[in-house]
Amino acid sequence: MFYREAGQFKTSYGADQAVFPILQDRVFIALWLAIGFILVPLVSTEYLFRAIFIPFLIMSLAALGLNLLVGYCGQLSLGTGGFMAVGAYAAYNLSVRIPGLNPLVAFLLAGGVTTVVGIVFGIPSLRIRGYYLAVATLAAQFFLDWVFSRVAWFTNNSPSGSITAPPITLFSLTFETPVKKYLLCLAILVLFAVVAKNIVRGRIGRVWMATRDMDVAAEIIGIRPMYAKLSAFAVSSFFIGVAGALWASVHLGSWEPLAFDINRSFSILFMVIIGGLSSILGSLLGAAFITLLPLLLNQLPQWFGIAISTAMISHLESMIFGALIVFFLIVEPLGLARLWHIGKEKLRLWPFPY
Amino acid sequence: MEKFFSLKILVLGAAAAGALLAAAQTFAQANEQFVPALVYRSGPYAPNGVPWANGYSDYLTLVNERDGGINGVKIVFEECETGYSTDRGVECYERLKGKGPTGAAVFSPLSTGITYALTEKAPVDKIPLITMGYGRSESVDGSVFAWNFPLLGTYWTAADVIIQYIGQINGGLDKLKGKKIALVYHDSPYGKEPIPLLNERAKRHGFELLTIPVTHPGVEQKAAWLQVRQNRPDYVLLWGWGVMNSTAIKEAVAVNYPRDHMIGVWWAGAEPDVLPAGEDAKGYNSIALQHSAGQIAVHADILKNVYDKGKGAGKREEVGHVLYNRGMLNAMLVVESIRTAQGKYGRKPMTGEQVRWGIENLNLDQNRIKQLGFAGMLQPLKVSCNDHEGVRHARIHQWDGAKWKFVSDWIEGDNTVLRPMVDEAAKKYAKEKNITPRDCTKA
Repeated sequence: MFYREAGQFKTSYGADQAVFPILQDRVFIALWLAIGFILVPLVSTEYLFRAIFIPFLIMSLAALGLNLLVGYCGQLSLGTGGFMAVGAYAAYNLSVRIPGLNPLVAFLLAGGVTTVVGIVFGIPSLRIRGYYLAVATLAAQFFLDWVFSRVAWFTNNSPSGSITAPPITLFSLTFETPVKKYLLCLAILVLFAVVAKNIVRGRIGRVWMATRDMDVAAEIIGIRPMYAKLSAFAVSSFFIGVAGALWASVHLGSWEPLAFDINRSFSILFMVIIGGLSSILGSLLGAAFITLLPLLLNQLPQWFGIAISTAMISHLESMIFGALIVFFLIVEPLGLARLWHIGKEKLRLWPFPY
Repeated sequence: MEKFFSLKILVLGAAAAGALLAAAQTFAQANEQFVPALVYRSGPYAPNGVPWANGYSDYLTLVNERDGGINGVKIVFEECETGYSTDRGVECYERLKGKGPTGAAVFSPLSTGITYALTEKAPVDKIPLITMGYGRSESVDGSVFAWNFPLLGTYWTAADVIIQYIGQINGGLDKLKGKKIALVYHDSPYGKEPIPLLNERAKRHGFELLTIPVTHPGVEQKAAWLQVRQNRPDYVLLWGWGVMNSTAIKEAVAVNYPRDHMIGVWWAGAEPDVLPAGEDAKGYNSIALQHSAGQIAVHADILKNVYDKGKGAGKREEVGHVLYNRGMLNAMLVVESIRTAQGKYGRKPMTGEQVRWGIENLNLDQNRIKQLGFAGMLQPLKVSCNDHEGVRHARIHQWDGAKWKFVSDWIEGDNTVLRPMVDEAAKKYAKEKNITPRDCTKA
């Protein structure tokens, strides 16, 4: 009932190819945008912005980037943390070394730098694939980690290797309050999500998916694997680089290489897998699951007034979180996005499902 | 539709959370001082984090039980588990900073990484940070770092005292010429912090400095100790934390490096560091952050008022361990800062801004230290706008296989070496962040 399409006739190719062909979807999207941009800033507390929304938005962007590579192009990567670090350090160095550079430009340029690095580390994907590629990208993670903690130039010769981001000023607007930072991240995420959606449903996306499904067959029908794979690495790295720059400059403010260690790579890969491979929505759901659930589990006992020791809470948090991951993957190996799709199918037929 | 579905869950969760938070806040009593505690009782550093957290919590309980709070203002404290990870630490900070009738009094981040992250946030939220024996070394300069208080010593002070000690046992700093000193360090801002000072000292006295990093969490150090074996340095300084320390001692045994030529920083000189290494740790030295292990007057009070009433946070037999004492000392400094602030602003719960004034005017003389029951554990300390460290004395203690014993007298960090470095680093920071330093003559 809710998704009944009766009466919605498409009279042009354009209408048929719209991102959201169904009216209900468009309404809901508008509603969510309104909630995200208007309602949330009005009602949220500082804690929610700084500890929940901003990390969630930035991680969603990173997961989105990785999903383009792993989900849509089938190139398994474990170097996400390293690429995020490239974005973070590039943004820092650009703004420190070019005075007066607009931070937004710095973020985009940082994405550009990450693109170049991503392509370089994507070259092995032309020869190897699957698990072997995962190990090759792992090398990227270790190498980049090493570079940023060893080469003092990248940290502007900071003695401890920890650096702080300069304040973010855009057109004489200073982004120092949590609300402004939140809106900045949300705007960037929405923009990138639209871009990603349009890439994956267009020619490039089809090229990626053909490569993912059967690269030999794709090559036979005229797809150049080099172009497909390297473009996936490039676009994905761009997204991840911007996410890294935001994570460092907007969320942490001050960071060390440990903020982008191998655990970051793993957790983003888990977001993609749990959220749902090759799904834009899945990236966001996965990011919410991985970043927010532990915080929720950590605070639940207190909300219900159950007195447990701090150590016990954090052990319980790890156990329940782990168990939930296993549970979700058994119940729905295709991820949270798939659950949403099933729900949508059911709503379409409601109240007479078959 | 797709993109924002997750926001639905979020907003619902957020609304629920907000409602509950609001409900929790109405329960808060007016005459209460909220003191947050960022601790780690789980994760790779838990063996060291747990005794610290117990000491911190026990002392605050003691003040409530014995004195009925600080001048009648009851302390409410809440722990938040960081697991020693920076992003969780920041989340904890955001969660706790607004609690209680006046917000969080002061944060003790208990991690160099978290300290770096919070250094940006503290001035905005107007909550001071006490980083007792860790944190940014240049934050001694209170004119730039108004909200950071590295009380009792920074890593530069620690490194300076250790070098002076090595000079003493060799018969003078000039005897260090041509010697080799290795720094085996945790590869993080914490471990790298002493390097600038050691470089400066190496330049002055002509010794050679080898820096050997060990990656987090530090269980794999074979390569590092192979380097030690090849180079045979005269002394090894150990800048480790958690399991890294006991591993280092075991590796030293494996490469046959004498333990009595190893000197750890004060985070590498507690029971969890030496006990796992057993007999091999005998003769291992470390600098002591004023205190060592052992029980003094205040412990008797804690046992009587806290443990006898069944309110202790840890095990009775662990009261008086090195890290327990450190947590306790940290809590005492927090309490005395609030008390000092109350002296100016009245006997009521203090805001972070008022507590900041309290720390900056903290003055514990020998008499007051004795009154508090800390005699012998602490040197007189006086904090000022210009000097956020308060006191720079430390001693070296040695593990004799069963307990820690002091092998040196008090050594003071040499301010003629330290201060120019502090000033220079602070000036650089101020320039990067567009901070106009306060005029300390007027503060």
